[in-house]
Amino acid sequence: MLLIPCPWCGKRPELEFRHAGPAHLVRPADPAAADDDTWAAYLYIRDNPKGRHAERWRHVHGCGRFFNAVRDTVTDRIATTYKPGEAPPA
Amino acid sequence: MSDRQTPARASFPGATFSVWSLLRRTLTAEPWPAQWRSPDPQPAYDVIIVGGGGHGLATAHYLAAEHGIRKVAVLEKGWIGGGNTGRNTTIIRSNYLWDESAALYEHALKLWETLSQALGYNVMYSARGVMMLAHDEHDVRSLKRHVHANRLNGIDNEWLSPAQAQAFCPPLDISPNARHPVLGAALQRRGGVARHDAVAWAYARAASAQGVDIIESCEVTAIRRGRNGAVTGVETTRGPIAAPRIGVVAAGHTSVLMDMAGMRMPLESFPLQALVSEPVKPVMPCVVMSNTVHAYVSQSDKGELVIGGGTDIYPSYAQRGALHVSAHTLEAICELFPRFRRLRMLRSWGGIVDVTPDRSPIVGPTPVPGLFVNCGWGTGGFKATPGSGHVFAATIAAGTPHPLAAPFGLDRFRTGRLIDEAAAAAVAH
Ligand SMILES: Cc1cc2nc3c(=O)[nH]c(=O)nc-3n(C[C@H](O)[C@H](O)[C@H](O)COP(=O)(O)OP(=O)(O)OC[C@H]3O[C@@H](n4cnc5c(N)ncnc54)[C@H](O)[C@@H]3O)c2cc1C
Ligand SMILES: [Zn+2]
Repeated sequence: MLLIPCPWCGKRPELEFRHAGPAHLVRPADPAAADDDTWAAYLYIRDNPKGRHAERWRHVHGCGRFFNAVRDTVTDRIATTYKPGEAPPA
Repeated sequence: MSDRQTPARASFPGATFSVWSLLRRTLTAEPWPAQWRSPDPQPAYDVIIVGGGGHGLATAHYLAAEHGIRKVAVLEKGWIGGGNTGRNTTIIRSNYLWDESAALYEHALKLWETLSQALGYNVMYSARGVMMLAHDEHDVRSLKRHVHANRLNGIDNEWLSPAQAQAFCPPLDISPNARHPVLGAALQRRGGVARHDAVAWAYARAASAQGVDIIESCEVTAIRRGRNGAVTGVETTRGPIAAPRIGVVAAGHTSVLMDMAGMRMPLESFPLQALVSEPVKPVMPCVVMSNTVHAYVSQSDKGELVIGGGTDIYPSYAQRGALHVSAHTLEAICELFPRFRRLRMLRSWGGIVDVTPDRSPIVGPTPVPGLFVNCGWGTGGFKATPGSGHVFAATIAAGTPHPLAAPFGLDRFRTGRLIDEAAAAAVAH
């Protein structure tokens, strides 16, 4: 079980959280103008990296808020968490 | 690259197995010869298969057996069958909802029924019946819908009352005040289990005998492409190997391999765990699955209960899985089968499964000329092994999808023609 540092509440056990998919995925700004490839990329295509992964979490059984985390998918270590709207750390 | 011939230990193809050969070796303690050759890689092949799991080995076998393409190498970074093939709970069934899936999985099930004879190797396919439990009204409707859809497709699946379910599986608790009440069950009698290692070994043996090179401890680290973008070969930890056609069959590592060819995939990789209990006398006559409570159980011939559940909630390549996930599965098993409560668990392990948005596999050519992919089987591809290899071999040989594979192309994520088995039933294995 991961110990996940919520940017607002601090370290809490994984059971308090929901994973919410990759971070920084932006919905096409003009949906009607987006072609099939753009939609496929947004809806379905994923980096699925072996290594550094920026992802969204939601602290459902805590403050209820969404935030982002950078986790290594080989070790599952969370390098950092940050608030929505903030740029991913370099 | 050396073209040194197979080391002496491999005396393949050995004699076919018989009661007499088994008896003789038991009595004389004579060692069994290696069942497949372990050659060094040659500089070039007609086809390279990346990934020596059941699907990759089956593909190589059918390329040789049905399409006469024998200059084939199967490159495996570890040992054959050491991926999900050797880690899965071996549930086999074909009662999927949509016509496309039903056709593909039923194609595989038909091959399972005669696989041991076809390959001359006992894969221990045991059609002991797969029973899927309904615990609420939604389950009842969903499973009945499956029964009807399957029957229209000529696939056996029948609805059982709780009493009939318990008659088929005596340890099941059907008391109305159980925590997970059993309101009925769908039973596919032709479903069952097989011996996972034997499946990998049987295909490796048959492929090797036809000239396919099975090369273990050989990790693909890059995919080479020519000026026109077509693949020309791979870099590996055992040197470069050329081939005009490459089939990637790497389960949880598919995204990593396709990235080497500049392709992003509609896949996420998740840990999935299984456990076995201490061995006990025969008590579970069939396979029982409950998707609602995330639990699957059967009993191996050694007597261990083989138990599986759901994936972890976040994508990962850590081949472990979290304790609370398997604890959740065991809690459900203990409620469904109160008599298993005191059993100790002997081993647990994880595999990395490649999950697609619609929970259906991807089998076919790719936009990169010469590159083919067979992936996305997720939590439930062992059952498809023979059919998957069969249609993928035909696809690689012809360069265009086999009719059964055609609906499962990558393109469906662009066109929107998804084959949504997940929404249909929340079905895992
Ligand atoms: C715990 C668990 C339980 C399951 N239960 C069931 C079940 O009951 N029923 C069912 O139908 N399915 C089940 N599955 C799913 C099933 O195991 C898989 O869908 C199926 O085995 C996939 O077979 P494969 O040959 O494609 O993959 P694998 O057997 O994983 O083979 C892929 C191979 O590719 C190799 N590879 C990866 N990267 C490279 C590289 N760079 N170079 C060379 N080789 C590489 C890997 O080492 C691996 O051996 C389960 C899976 C797990 C993990
Ligand atoms: Zn919080």
